[in-house]
Amino acid sequence: MSLFTESFITTLFLGAIAAGMPLLLAGLGEQLSEKAGVLNIGLEGMMLAGAYAGFVVAWSTGSMGLGFVGGAAAGALVASLMVLFCVRLGLNQIVIGIALTLLVEGLTALLHYVQFSRSYPRLDGITTWPIWPLSRIPLIGPILFDQNLVVYFGLALVAGFAWIYRMTHLGSALQAAGDKPAALDVAGVDVFRIRSLAVLTTGALAGLGGAFMSVAAAGVFVPFMTHGNGFIAIVLAMLARGRPLWVLGGAFLFGGCLSLTTALQVAGVNVPTDVIQMLPFATVMLVLLIAGRKASLPQALGESFVRGAR
Amino acid sequence: MKDQQMQATSEAIVRPNPARTTPVVALCGVTKRFPGVIANNDVSVQIWAGEVHVLLGENGAGKSTLIGILSGLQRPDEGHIEIDGKPVEISSPRQALGLGIGTVFQHSMLVPSLSVVDNFTLGGSWWRCPDRTGTAERIRETARQLGLRVDPFALVATLSLGERQQVEILRALMRGSRCLILDEATAMLTPHEAVALGALMRRLIADGLAIVFITHKLNEAVAYGDRISVLRLGKTVGAITPEQLNAATDAENTARIIRLMFGETAARSAHGLARAASDFGPVVLQVEALRTQAGSTPLRDVSLAVRAGEILGIAGIDGNGQKELAEALAGQLACSGGSVKVNGREVGGLSVGGRRAAGLRYVTDDRLGEGTVASFPVAMNLVLKDIGAEPFWQKGLEKSHAIHAQAERHIRDFDIRTPTHHTPVGKLSGGNIQKVLLARELTGAAEVVIFAKPTYGLDVNNIRTTRQRIRDAADAGKAVLLISTDLDELLELADQIAVIDRGALRGCVENDAGARDAIGRLMSAGDDQ
Repeated sequence: MSLFTESFITTLFLGAIAAGMPLLLAGLGEQLSEKAGVLNIGLEGMMLAGAYAGFVVAWSTGSMGLGFVGGAAAGALVASLMVLFCVRLGLNQIVIGIALTLLVEGLTALLHYVQFSRSYPRLDGITTWPIWPLSRIPLIGPILFDQNLVVYFGLALVAGFAWIYRMTHLGSALQAAGDKPAALDVAGVDVFRIRSLAVLTTGALAGLGGAFMSVAAAGVFVPFMTHGNGFIAIVLAMLARGRPLWVLGGAFLFGGCLSLTTALQVAGVNVPTDVIQMLPFATVMLVLLIAGRKASLPQALGESFVRGAR
Repeated sequence: MKDQQMQATSEAIVRPNPARTTPVVALCGVTKRFPGVIANNDVSVQIWAGEVHVLLGENGAGKSTLIGILSGLQRPDEGHIEIDGKPVEISSPRQALGLGIGTVFQHSMLVPSLSVVDNFTLGGSWWRCPDRTGTAERIRETARQLGLRVDPFALVATLSLGERQQVEILRALMRGSRCLILDEATAMLTPHEAVALGALMRRLIADGLAIVFITHKLNEAVAYGDRISVLRLGKTVGAITPEQLNAATDAENTARIIRLMFGETAARSAHGLARAASDFGPVVLQVEALRTQAGSTPLRDVSLAVRAGEILGIAGIDGNGQKELAEALAGQLACSGGSVKVNGREVGGLSVGGRRAAGLRYVTDDRLGEGTVASFPVAMNLVLKDIGAEPFWQKGLEKSHAIHAQAERHIRDFDIRTPTHHTPVGKLSGGNIQKVLLARELTGAAEVVIFAKPTYGLDVNNIRTTRQRIRDAADAGKAVLLISTDLDELLELADQIAVIDRGALRGCVENDAGARDAIGRLMSAGDDQ
């Protein structure tokens, strides 16, 4: 009764967006890779690299915008290793993905320790870009239209990807690269190039998602701070079966679960936080149980392409 | 840019006959080596406009490699390719397309999850939107000119294999191909579709196209070909010119091709005689009122009996319960009723292994799928169904000595052409994989052998040896159930022939002079139920 106050709803939804945004960005990126036939298990590592680099850039330059750019660049840098090992050299995508994640986890923790020792400096106030006059609408305004630029970008990206997949040559080429790379190859398109492009974009998006976590949502970098978000994003992308809108829905469902902790505290309900922190992972399992059965993935997902091989 | 190019080429399909002095495409002394094999050894072939050039050869004769070289998938180690008399280098599929060589591969090269139109526009500039309505219009127009019906907006996954092939031919033509390569194009088609493809090829060459047609079927080669080249062990061993082909009858041409492909002796025994009827022993396999629920065509009260030394043929159009029958007997498919007896002993309740121990063997048609493990060595595949059994395993430990000794014996007895018994079975040709299966199933305590489409996808020589093995098995006193969709094969081998139709057996006839007509009547009589 008294639970659904304005402050509870605002906290819940703002929290859902803050927690869901990294999932959305990384999930859209993973979807792109999977469409092109690369199972990008290194997503967690790319997010973490983005979170670290984004924070360091924003902290040293004082510019949030540059922080986001730095995060995306770091994600793409990690992805370029994935491109080299998995797309070009055809090594096992799962092994390389796990290795990259472990590498980045260790490296960022080390670099952070070297630079900041055991202190965790905070970034100053987070700027938003209100869209006037929509931001003045009660309840909806502050939630949807008084947000960080990255949030608007992420939402536009959903529409952009949906358009690319359905309407452009690139969309067809991506689908072919994931379903039947040999057919794309004999049609005269460079499969390696399509897949490389997809994986690099994935890296940039995951890096941006990570930077959003450290720069915009938390304002601080803590080692291993992405804890599992990259893997949840992989699950999201698999469940969405190529549809960007489903990634959006899934990301904010999980984001909502994550933010329920704070929202309930605001509302004064006393539930152990440990229980609520398990919620997103329990939801993943539940959703997999219900929707995962029919998940159809690209036929050549996880297979490296070799021209002329049978 | 791409779209304009397509527009131009769709109009250019009808073009005047070019000069007949230089071939459209010529392979000059092409050699291609793979580790351990010479796939092509100094091959020279000329492809002329307005001709169907048939490329014949056994499995592993080097046809696929030749196609790979022409379509830009592989590059020759020696020799070169000429187009219109000018030497060219083909280093990628895109370049081959640009040079006017369009290939329709044996296995569909369409993306099943995209529509026909999107498959046509694959390869356009990334950032542009495909002109779907325009392309669809051109597809319809070109299809109409060729007398084909294609729905441009259908999802490729919903098309039949024949339709997919027509789509691929259309695509190759609309991309401006002057030389069309059809790799084993009829292998996956129904007889009706194959005839339609033959007619289409004749129409295309009338427009001045050059066609390279690869096939296993000699009757197709003679019927649709203008010029025939025969490959053997990577070399061109003979060619028949259009003049020679026209001068002789089809039978003479066929005999000549067989001589080129397999040497002199093969031609004489190309058509085996029907088996002489002999005395059969007691009933070994007795099946009564067998029913299944599972499978795409459930069995309905199938009853049959096979005596020792007898071959019972099961005829019928594919997909009428043949697979279900074989799997139900082998124990791979659960039965909902009926009984299966081997030598009077009920085996219906036994597992696959139990039935095998009872002497029931099954030679599957899915050779690489359920028959063998492609990455396992030949030797291990030969004991695949005896894992854990003496003498190959003792107290749970593998005795590689016994396994290898048996492998050597089988490789010799069954003439399995493999570098060593360590070679993974997947690296062998289809005919040799079949020999591995035959060696495994026909030896030991086999009493009943079920063959499912035993010669499907094999070349002429392997078909002959496989059929001989089936005959030998029956002569050795085994009861043989031969399930085949090739009526000629059944007429050649079987003693009795039953017809399967929608999961039920429709009568059984003696294999005599009137058998062909009787089976035809049984196959078409099923409609009144």
